Amino acid sequence: MATPRIIVVGGGLAGLSAVIKIAEAGGTVDLFSIVPVKRSHSVCAQGGINAAKNLKGEGDTTYKHFDDTIYGGDFLANQTPVKAMCEAAPAIIDLLDRMGVPFNRTPEGLLDFRRFGGTLYNRTAFAGATTGQQLLYALDEQVRRYESEGKVTKYEGWEFLSAVLDSKGVARGITALDLRTMELRSFAADAIILATGGIGAIFGKSTNSVVCTGSAQSAVFQQGVTYANGEFIQVHPTCIPGEDKLRLMSESARGEGGRVWVPRNPSDKRAGKQIPEAERFYFLEEWYPKYGNLVPRDIATRAIHKVVYENHLGIDGQPMVYLDLTHIDRATLDRKLGGILDIYEKFVGDDPHDVPMKIFPGVHYTMGGLWVDFNQMTNIPGLFAIGECEYQYHGANRLGANSLLSCIYAGFISGPNALSYSKNAAAQDGDGGHAAEVTRQAAINAKLLKNEGAENPFKLWRELGDTMTKHATVIRYNKGLKQADEKIVELLDRYKNVSLADRSQWANTSFAFARQLKNMLELARVIAQGATLRDESRGAHYKPDFPERNDERFLKTTKASFTDSGPRFEYEEVDTQFIKPRPRRYDAAN
Amino acid sequence: MANKTVQFEIKRQSSPDAPAVWESYELEWRPGMNVTTAMMDIAANPVTASGKPTTPVTYDSNCLEEICGSCAMRINGKARMACSALVDNLEQPIRVEPLSKFPLVRDLQVDRSVLFENLKAVKAWIPIDGTYDLGAGPRVTPQQQEVNYPLSNCISCTCCMEVCPQFNEKTGFVGAATIAQVKLFNNHPTGKVLKEERLRALAGDGGIQECGFAQNCVEVCPKKLPLTNAISDISRDVLLQAARDFLGR
Repeated sequence: MATPRIIVVGGGLAGLSAVIKIAEAGGTVDLFSIVPVKRSHSVCAQGGINAAKNLKGEGDTTYKHFDDTIYGGDFLANQTPVKAMCEAAPAIIDLLDRMGVPFNRTPEGLLDFRRFGGTLYNRTAFAGATTGQQLLYALDEQVRRYESEGKVTKYEGWEFLSAVLDSKGVARGITALDLRTMELRSFAADAIILATGGIGAIFGKSTNSVVCTGSAQSAVFQQGVTYANGEFIQVHPTCIPGEDKLRLMSESARGEGGRVWVPRNPSDKRAGKQIPEAERFYFLEEWYPKYGNLVPRDIATRAIHKVVYENHLGIDGQPMVYLDLTHIDRATLDRKLGGILDIYEKFVGDDPHDVPMKIFPGVHYTMGGLWVDFNQMTNIPGLFAIGECEYQYHGANRLGANSLLSCIYAGFISGPNALSYSKNAAAQDGDGGHAAEVTRQAAINAKLLKNEGAENPFKLWRELGDTMTKHATVIRYNKGLKQADEKIVELLDRYKNVSLADRSQWANTSFAFARQLKNMLELARVIAQGATLRDESRGAHYKPDFPERNDERFLKTTKASFTDSGPRFEYEEVDTQFIKPRPRRYDAAN
Repeated sequence: MANKTVQFEIKRQSSPDAPAVWESYELEWRPGMNVTTAMMDIAANPVTASGKPTTPVTYDSNCLEEICGSCAMRINGKARMACSALVDNLEQPIRVEPLSKFPLVRDLQVDRSVLFENLKAVKAWIPIDGTYDLGAGPRVTPQQQEVNYPLSNCISCTCCMEVCPQFNEKTGFVGAATIAQVKLFNNHPTGKVLKEERLRALAGDGGIQECGFAQNCVEVCPKKLPLTNAISDISRDVLLQAARDFLGR
């Protein structure tokens, strides 16, 4: 039979991993990305990638990695795929090493490892504090090699609009928009892999890159793909608040010994450095003596919220706390954390070698995403999903340095799975639905271009971000979540009056943004309503009115499907066959 | 009370063939504001300083923390990343224009794909045998890692090419970024099996000999890559390779 032709959408770590496996196995790949793939959001990952290589004589094992991941995720992740991922991790690190990733080294020339949150082991391999950048480049280089051999065709500067489905509901290709010429067309494929990343833009400001809107996920959700665990949003404890985004300050800062504290006296006017030890409140170390500053992110984020909003502490009346590295010598910091210290200095103007950093939590990652089976296929045959855009590996809270691993692991298994699916797939009938889907998309584009009204899409987006950040992040109340959903419905209504200041057909960025915005609004409802329905607290999802985990009712995957009157929800049992759910207590002695 | 404002002048061009025009904007100042924030503000309220309706500015951006390499442009005459260009550190009016050495797409957006083509030409990758499990990679001393890591921090922003007097259509010079990547891959224990091919790709017209040692590249690099150092090392290697190739004929 002919060589299978696979479309991969998204050129971050997950997408590139899939591309490499397909090209290596003899398949042909069309790779779509909004930005040149080397500029994908994976470059922003900082601290490292987990693998139980046990090179520090600690007796670490892949099973302990598995247990930490499941426990850290508050038992919501299906255990079979997580176990397989943790078992594959050491070989993945070896491969990345062979690809030339400049990982930090021990004196013997072996890989160095550091600690990260939610574990007591040095399990995180790292390249300075720019690990995501270094990993992405290594994969980008391998893909460039295949591109030069003609096995991969890149469509950079194209935005995915929708899947093409045939009369039996099988995926037969995609439609995409050339962001320069504004040309709309469809592309045929035997299988499609979505690797379209995060959804931070739904919250306005986040640590995510500009392209992380969740638009692609939402588009296929509206075409019938189930969306799972949407309510689980990770808020990273340590970010630099900013006007345009919240810049991540890596967990590796704490992995290398960074300490989080606030002045005990809320009206202390002194600079951080001038405040003596006894007048500092190291609240994470005090509340969580065993894990200290390296509790999982949901725990650290809630602790900072508590200190700031309940204990009314902060930095000179501002809602911020210190992340302090000044006790660590300069050379060590430069060697192990270089990249992130530069970011702080460039954007804030203070040198974190000398001055404690001022940080606050920010939206960072979605644990939820497109529902997939253990082969990474969604409920639409032929449509796969990998990386942050799917839900499978992190349960209710992701451990630091597990995201790079889950992206690469899922990419690596999805490639061969998509190939074997393609080889066994039935032939399409007719044109596979291409003409009809192009017509549908062309109609949406034409309507948007000539639409008249008083609404500016960028302003509507700011309102969406404000309401989602207020009601659907760290602390959630059903009343607030309902207000958020009502607000989204209002914004969807006002969206009908969106008018574009730019109606041209050349590199029209506001047109592309307006299309993304519609999809963001639809997906935001899944988050708000999913959170409303889950009357318990688990991982990143915390409701003061329901402060305990409720396994009886909610040890279940949330599954949302699209209807014209809003998302519809059902629940699915979680695979807990290896590790019996136990209480998650990072404050306990053991 | 009038809010503090910031003055911008942005060079606009609706397509490669359209005439360029400068537009002025007066935007509300906020603490920590950078040039990309200004672009977002204009998109939310597309009006010039004189109150004339305009269009949102087309420009490349993604990470907004100077690691993706997208938002390179000329700001007050200097090639730099717009996200890390803080308004408080810039003289006003802040003049923003596209990079001048690359084909213009629209407004501040240019086509920099030439760099990715150059990386293909020099085989900027490690030729691994395959992705199956072949055990650990080669040992690398911390000292070697500390040489290679800075070279691997190149974000492909092309600022070094923009400011290079030799980077133009006449010379076809590959530019400093590509040369630094040749050093990186030639340094690697596995990568060096392609060393000779990479050096030959940098010989001749458009190769490393075009460098005029103006040293603008190293001055402007936002990630402080040791570019001139890499150019010196690779110049020497290219000459040695050419000599070996000549003698070996």
